[in-house]
Amino acid sequence: MTATTLVEKIIARASGLASVKTGDIVTCKVDLAFAHDSSGPRRWKPMLEELGTGLWDPSRVVIASDHYVPAVDAESAAILKLTRDFVREQRVGRFFDMKGIAHTLLPAHGLLKPGMFVAGGDSHSCHGGAFGCYISGYGAADMAAIVATGETWINVPAVDLVRLDGDMPDGVTSKDIMLRLCRELGMDNAFRAVEFSGSSVAGMPMDERMVLSNMTAELGYDAGVIAPDAITLEHIRAHGGEADDALLSWRSDEGALFARRHVLDVAGLAPQVAAPHSPANAGPAMDANGVRIDQAYVGACVGAKLEDLRMVARVLEGRQVAAGVRLLVAPASTQITEQASREGVLATILAAGGTLLPSGCGACAGMGAGLLAEGEVCISTTNRNFKGRMGHDGAEVWLASPYTVAASAVAGEIRDPRGLLSERRAP
Amino acid sequence: MNEPGRVWRLGDRIDTDVLAPGSLMKLDARTLATHCLKSVRPDFAAQVRPGDVIVADEAFGIGSSREQAAISLKVLGVRAVLARSFARIFFRNAFNQGLPAIICPAAVTARDGDRVSLDLAAGRAFNHSSGEAYEFAPIPEHLMRIVSAGGLMPYLKRTLERG
Repeated sequence: MTATTLVEKIIARASGLASVKTGDIVTCKVDLAFAHDSSGPRRWKPMLEELGTGLWDPSRVVIASDHYVPAVDAESAAILKLTRDFVREQRVGRFFDMKGIAHTLLPAHGLLKPGMFVAGGDSHSCHGGAFGCYISGYGAADMAAIVATGETWINVPAVDLVRLDGDMPDGVTSKDIMLRLCRELGMDNAFRAVEFSGSSVAGMPMDERMVLSNMTAELGYDAGVIAPDAITLEHIRAHGGEADDALLSWRSDEGALFARRHVLDVAGLAPQVAAPHSPANAGPAMDANGVRIDQAYVGACVGAKLEDLRMVARVLEGRQVAAGVRLLVAPASTQITEQASREGVLATILAAGGTLLPSGCGACAGMGAGLLAEGEVCISTTNRNFKGRMGHDGAEVWLASPYTVAASAVAGEIRDPRGLLSERRAP
Repeated sequence: MNEPGRVWRLGDRIDTDVLAPGSLMKLDARTLATHCLKSVRPDFAAQVRPGDVIVADEAFGIGSSREQAAISLKVLGVRAVLARSFARIFFRNAFNQGLPAIICPAAVTARDGDRVSLDLAAGRAFNHSSGEAYEFAPIPEHLMRIVSAGGLMPYLKRTLERG
């Protein structure tokens, strides 16, 4: 047997082939399919009717209403209603109605496991690759075909390896790693997949690992995977999933050939920001110190997990958001809001002057509360800063870690968070 | 080779928010298409004619999975997008709508307004304005079948009916 990568093993298993190689076009059986209120039922319904069919296996379909939530006008209310009706009529296995963002909810319910082949109707579906599954995003017609037939074709991707080694310095997060990689690897990596490994990854909790796989979308990769370890299995078990130790065998073989290898020295990394209008415009936050901001936004699948809110609270403890700046916080799920509330994290954020928003994709998808006017500047924990994405075409969005966003909210301008984090404060 | 269409020459990383703005996703396809590329080419949606082609640089269609990015171009009558490279989801979405996404680095020498015709099966484009021929890898057979059927849904309907 030749040494094989984790990605190739999953695709071979899903396509029923003994082995696959880069460039092969193969048909894969889908273990789990999911979508949200914008990409799912409202687009699938007419296509399934045209095909004269329903869901191939409702128990393998998950729907989360996370884009048009809560409804702000009659049109968004109609989309949410259509979604609920579809779920009932088609007996969809799992439905999360305004409970948070789909990408956050799948692992929060133990639904993602190593070795699975998963298809999602959203470009950040790759978020869950941290659990050792092959999970990619697809458009609505592809997803309609997938939920109708249970399978899809893929090009077997070339597989790259990114090694992240070294202890993470205080104030540096996996978000900073990904912004840095957007600069180093660019965003043009289609028909390739990436596996992350190294001592930095081994030390990360799942919330931080999911940032790595989430932002493989910004690198343009088809998917990003991390081989499972004890932390992965523990997370699945703690969230209601069954996880046998045998799942640990889903990993790349010793000596497996990767198309490209890239190494990042995490110990030497400083907090990063990405300037408007591309994640690839990343550079050290300290080089942007002093850029005035109107809004600081903490939200999205990538940047409003419990760990992210804890980071924000750590910076805000005993401090105030600067005058003239608004800090908006949209936790990625209602469960996270509840837990943050129990820990006192929410109280710290609110006491500092933050505003709590509903859980969902919110302003990051250009749909929810917190959009920007022409000429306004926002620093955001989200993953994309394309022109016009968060409101007016003439607004500017900088991407950063939760630490950097919170420090900037306090300073009223972009600020490397390490000063505030190490500063001694009076009791 | 078909009738030549005019070239709309765009740059790197034309993203899905530029093709179909997120804040307008509640609009119907025809209305949404009138906003296509507005923030980088304000004249595009009003001036584009059926049969025109887009020539772009790297990672065309990067960003969201929203199929409306490809649908908007299709609604406006764009015949094909030729680019140095594509984002994977856009690439699939385009073929699924019957819009060929052609990886053709040679075409980036084309200029705005040039007249270009295509032969998908032969993997060849011809620029009538400059006299240049552009070669590209022929579209894979499984994608050609989808395009010929007019998109994934008509293709799948036919396949399912045949059992």
